[in-house]
Amino acid sequence: MQIPSAIVTLVIGMLLALGGLWIGQNINLLPIDASVNAPIYDELFQVLFTIGTILFVGIVGLLVYSLIRFRRRSGQLGDGIAIEGNLPLEIFWTAVPAVVVLFVGLYSYDIYDRMGGMVPLAHDHMAVSGEERIWGGISSGSTLTDNTAATALPIDVTAMQFAFLFHYPEGDITAGELHVPANRPVTLHMEAKDVIHAFWVPEFRLKQDVIPGQPTQLSFTATRPGRYPIVCAELCGPYHGGMRSTVVVDEPDEWDAWFSSNAKTEDTTTT
Amino acid sequence: MTVAIPPQTSSSSPRLQPTGWLRYFSFSVDHKVIGLQYLVCGFLFYLIGGALAGAIRTELASPVSDFMARDVYNQVLTLHGTVMIFLWIVPVVNGAFGNYLIPFYVGARDMAFPRLNAVAFWLIPPAGLMLITSYFLTGAAQSGWTAYPPLSITTPATGQIIWILSVLLLGGSSIFGGINFIATILKLRRPGLKLMQLPMYCWAMLGTSILVVLSTPVLAGTLVLLSFDIVAHTGFFNPTLGGNVVVYQHLFWFYSHPAVYIMVLPAFGLVSEILPVHARKPLFGYVTMVYSIMAIVVLGLVVWAHHMFTSGTPPWMRLFFTIATAFIAVPTGIKFFNWLATLWGGRITLNSAMLFSCGFIVNFVLGGITGVALAQVPFDIHVHDTYFVVAHFHYIVFGGSVFVIFASVYHWYPKFTGRMLNEDLGRLHCALTFIGFNLCFGPQHWLGLNGMPRRVAEYDPQFTLINQISSVGALLMAISTLPFLWNVVQSALSGKPAGDNPWNALTPEWLTSSPPPVENWIGEAPLVEEPYGYGVPMDQLDLTATSGRDLWSSGK
Repeated sequence: MQIPSAIVTLVIGMLLALGGLWIGQNINLLPIDASVNAPIYDELFQVLFTIGTILFVGIVGLLVYSLIRFRRRSGQLGDGIAIEGNLPLEIFWTAVPAVVVLFVGLYSYDIYDRMGGMVPLAHDHMAVSGEERIWGGISSGSTLTDNTAATALPIDVTAMQFAFLFHYPEGDITAGELHVPANRPVTLHMEAKDVIHAFWVPEFRLKQDVIPGQPTQLSFTATRPGRYPIVCAELCGPYHGGMRSTVVVDEPDEWDAWFSSNAKTEDTTTT
Repeated sequence: MTVAIPPQTSSSSPRLQPTGWLRYFSFSVDHKVIGLQYLVCGFLFYLIGGALAGAIRTELASPVSDFMARDVYNQVLTLHGTVMIFLWIVPVVNGAFGNYLIPFYVGARDMAFPRLNAVAFWLIPPAGLMLITSYFLTGAAQSGWTAYPPLSITTPATGQIIWILSVLLLGGSSIFGGINFIATILKLRRPGLKLMQLPMYCWAMLGTSILVVLSTPVLAGTLVLLSFDIVAHTGFFNPTLGGNVVVYQHLFWFYSHPAVYIMVLPAFGLVSEILPVHARKPLFGYVTMVYSIMAIVVLGLVVWAHHMFTSGTPPWMRLFFTIATAFIAVPTGIKFFNWLATLWGGRITLNSAMLFSCGFIVNFVLGGITGVALAQVPFDIHVHDTYFVVAHFHYIVFGGSVFVIFASVYHWYPKFTGRMLNEDLGRLHCALTFIGFNLCFGPQHWLGLNGMPRRVAEYDPQFTLINQISSVGALLMAISTLPFLWNVVQSALSGKPAGDNPWNALTPEWLTSSPPPVENWIGEAPLVEEPYGYGVPMDQLDLTATSGRDLWSSGK
């Protein structure tokens, strides 16, 4: 006796969902995470990857099955079955994707909020950058309290063809590499001199265009000490591919040592 | 002996239009000639664009910039994008198949404005030649096909201006075509043919043409302003003169996002024509297909800022464009489920047209899934302007549109020429293209996630192996063109004669001779009220040819 196809469908659906969940949990395609918002980003990636896998395997499986099961065998001359539509079925496959994309949209809104993207850019930073309008970017993550946000390390970033320049106003240091302490929020005040550049640290999961005429602010908190690439991600000219730098994340005391040995004014009270 | 001299037939009298092969090089107003002009011209530019892609993949086979100078690399990537979009995909999915098929589908003898139609085509070769020769004369534009200022203002001006002029010409051609399609579909329908009886490709072209007419003028205006900035030193987009570069991005993407649908919606329409014929089943869910096309048109106009999530757009704008973009997945999903349902229970002939269409479904589903992911602001912030995006849009425009173009060539070649293509070579072509394409662009998702930005001539050496795999895939795609070219040329000369209707199709272009006569039908145009009337009704199902499961799954 044949197994009723409703049961077969159910089992296949369950296997698909479980397989998708397993793949989402166990396959990691991202570089290591080195900032507060990177693990939050990875959560979103996992959810998207799970849903994507289930959909892709399901649709391709259905397609391949149809092609094999319903292929024209030799000697078959007739047509298929004249089914022109099925309204309940069509409503079903309109409603399910609508619910899924709505869920994904709201979930990613929540992720974005936790990454600090929805925070209106802080007005207390206005003092630092004068009365200039800040054009966007990501504010520091909401895991930070107001106290720690106040101690954010300000760094001026100048992007130009084909390098990034980092200037620490507190110690009057100018550097070609970005040195930041771990576990302390950093606020980059970014400006471009010539064309559009983009500041991207893959391990931080952060990217912000640096646009001439639009000072932009980007906040992040590094967590994992190490050296990570800074990449320019917006076509900026012939040497665009070579416009790379490094962000060095130090333990706080190592960073203090670096800072005091480079600071022009011997004001080592960095906070 | 006296013989009654028959009255001179029209074919021997002097004609205004050249006949024979010469008509393909003439200002012909026959929509079929113009369609094939578009197709062959587009394919020649595809070969050029493909050679440019080959140059890019050769450069990227090693992590240092060693194959060509860096500024040449930027010229090459700019030309590659511009040629592939404006000279290959847009003219072919719209101009070529639209011109050839739409008059048949509406039961007309030609397009509404035949001369405008010919003008629209003849704008393309000079524009394309101008673009290509700019590389040899002055150096081509090197600011990418997006031409973002201030880069496009500060790079060498001559190449950029020639780029703007040629894109303006191509945009004009596209607008002329769009107006023509709208007029033809709405006004030239054969008496008795209702809108909801039109083949799906007509609806796709109607939607596409609406997008073309609404959004292309915005691009044209933007590029004119950009050229003022370059030539006359105005300050629309020049920040040092008080201009705003983000405004350019808004205006550019207001056209260029709909441009994706201009490349993809006609492909959806073509697939909707091909699948029912070779699966021998009616197109599933005709009415919902029509509504989803129109939903894609409306939504496609309000999602452009998702290309600018890192450009300092305000949070509310990011949220709105995320939701709007993600919702395009709903009508698109409907179309894919409808195609799967069209295949389900069919008698599917696994020929080249069908296999390319199914390759399109696989590739486009993957491109669509990464598209929904990219719509999410936090996800996009990491992968924006990286190889992940490169992989995504190649899955849409190559895996989607180009696969459909090939499927369509296999499907309509018998109508174009009266001869069949070789199926074995066609399946070889399909297999090579599918494997090469996925080998080339699949690994690029990983590259983008792990830190390789797009449009670079040099990259971090840790990505070398994956880039080389990608380049091998590109080589395979280049090789896959050879069996196709051989097949097309050889079959035109000595292919198996096709007869009028080799697929037993019901749409009107098959109800005339192959190739069709001038003005399409001898006598009156047929009235096709059910273009997808394939299949046997459930109660007449041939019981000997079906299994018990067939009956069970169809609800008996």
